[in-house]
Amino acid sequence: MTQVTIIGGGVAGLCVAQNLLNRGAEVTVYDKGGAPGPHACSWWAGGMLAPHCEGESAEEPVIRLGQEAADWWDFHTGAVTRNGSLVISPTRDEADLRRFARRTSQFKEVNGAEIAALEPDLEGRFSKGLYFETEAHLAPRQALASLREKLIQAGVNFITEEADPKAHATNGLTVDCRGFTAKDTLEDLRGVKGEMLILSCPDVTLSRPIRLLHPRIPLYIVPRGDGIFMLGATQIEATASKHVTARSLLELLSAAYALNPAFGEAEILETGVDNRPAFPDNLPRIRRDGNLIQANGLFRHGFLLAPALARMVAEAIFDNATPEVMDETAA
Amino acid sequence: MRDFYGVTLANGFMLGTAQYPSPAILADAFKRSGASVATVSLRRESGQDRAGQDFWALIKDLGVHILPNTAGCHTVKEAVTTAHMAREVFGTKWIKLEVIGEEDTLQPDVFGLTEAARILSEDGFEVFPYCTEDLVVAGKLVDAGCEVLMPWGAPIGSGQGLNNVFGLRAMRAHFPDIPLVVDAGLGLPSHAAQAMELGYDAVLLNTAVAKAGDPALMAEAFASAIKAGVQAQISDPMEPRDMAAPSTPVIGKAFLS
Repeated sequence: MTQVTIIGGGVAGLCVAQNLLNRGAEVTVYDKGGAPGPHACSWWAGGMLAPHCEGESAEEPVIRLGQEAADWWDFHTGAVTRNGSLVISPTRDEADLRRFARRTSQFKEVNGAEIAALEPDLEGRFSKGLYFETEAHLAPRQALASLREKLIQAGVNFITEEADPKAHATNGLTVDCRGFTAKDTLEDLRGVKGEMLILSCPDVTLSRPIRLLHPRIPLYIVPRGDGIFMLGATQIEATASKHVTARSLLELLSAAYALNPAFGEAEILETGVDNRPAFPDNLPRIRRDGNLIQANGLFRHGFLLAPALARMVAEAIFDNATPEVMDETAA
Repeated sequence: MRDFYGVTLANGFMLGTAQYPSPAILADAFKRSGASVATVSLRRESGQDRAGQDFWALIKDLGVHILPNTAGCHTVKEAVTTAHMAREVFGTKWIKLEVIGEEDTLQPDVFGLTEAARILSEDGFEVFPYCTEDLVVAGKLVDAGCEVLMPWGAPIGSGQGLNNVFGLRAMRAHFPDIPLVVDAGLGLPSHAAQAMELGYDAVLLNTAVAKAGDPALMAEAFASAIKAGVQAQISDPMEPRDMAAPSTPVIGKAFLS
């Protein structure tokens, strides 16, 4: 039986563990932080499974590979909500909506009445939007917890310890899924700072992720159910510090307020900040050096691309394939 | 071509580095356009711990002149602090000075701008002030030590082109020896060509390239337009006239009707 050690138990590590398990491997996962929590970038994710919307600024592989995500997460965790996603803009920024429409596909243009039918709490506030019916979303923390639980049931060994990928690779096949922490060995990896908030606002009900286009403050808001919302996210070319800045908080909240003034009464439950691990083209990579495989660079597409990345890691190991995102192979 | 604080640029294309889909696309835009100056914002990528250094390293690798800016600063103090940080990070005396006065139009606060320009010039900085086409303000900036002026074409990010051609032309005539750069508001290569035809020395833009569907191709288009505008300007264009003037002689032509 093939034995594989995975280092890093965030969204990438857990997806890789599941796919290797499916192929019959005996899997051990190391994470110095234990179960997914605030130390993991994916803990702070929005959880939008919106490959077509991402096509507005992401390159083609993100759209194509991202289409595997909703089914994967649904099958393995059942935590997926398939209600589509809605993109809207204030009237004065309708040019941004037209631009978004030109750059994306698989949507339906909706008018004010149709927006109100989809999301009654946005009634009378927006007159034009784009509805991406096939998209989905999930609650990241629940999805990570149930995936981990399922892996434990299936016999995956989780060890709460820091582990050195290179040292493990001398003993056997090792997959480094440490995200930004792997910067020590990945020279071209950089952190892209993201900041988000979690709000409690029982006055507002939304059924699907909403993207509000604005030239300076593009915002998305993802409903978590029970009046809880995730509000994100800044995207700043800097390594994250520990705390959200006042300016980011102001921008995110004013955008939420523009979506529905009832958000002015929301309680702020959490603020979060972390580093999205990214390569210069913002696309993920698999790199192999003998027994050591590195899978990284999921950028803002952790939940969207981790299933495809995990599939390709499994193909590299079991089928001796060279996945499309593999850019370096040293024997 | 007029020089910028003693530096002669290969061309008049100054390109911003914000808002690209990825750093790889940003690098491609520079490579394909041959832009000679990269502007970079320190404000958002700041922090005492130099949190933006991975991105700054990518900018340094472009191998072009770097013009750090104080984008997003609203006060003299903020702008001066940011300028000092920029000098340290990029090892350049150049600073594109932005002091924003109004949130909706991102119009410069010309009073704060003049004061910050004086403080920084006295401190040895080489200031590129983002200003309006107001001749009096421009004169005060020159008095404050600025050897370059950067009037707006239109509000930042609006893509409206040259809003006040008369004012920009007057500025060129008024400051014949000062290098002038149209900064902000350009949306299309034709806008850049027009600025160069007016005798401007360079254009500075960001959104028009970064937010295009194919940023690298758009950057190349701007480079071609800038070149065309310069060629037109130095080839001494014809004067417009009110009446038609046939381009082929009519005398001696056979009348067959």
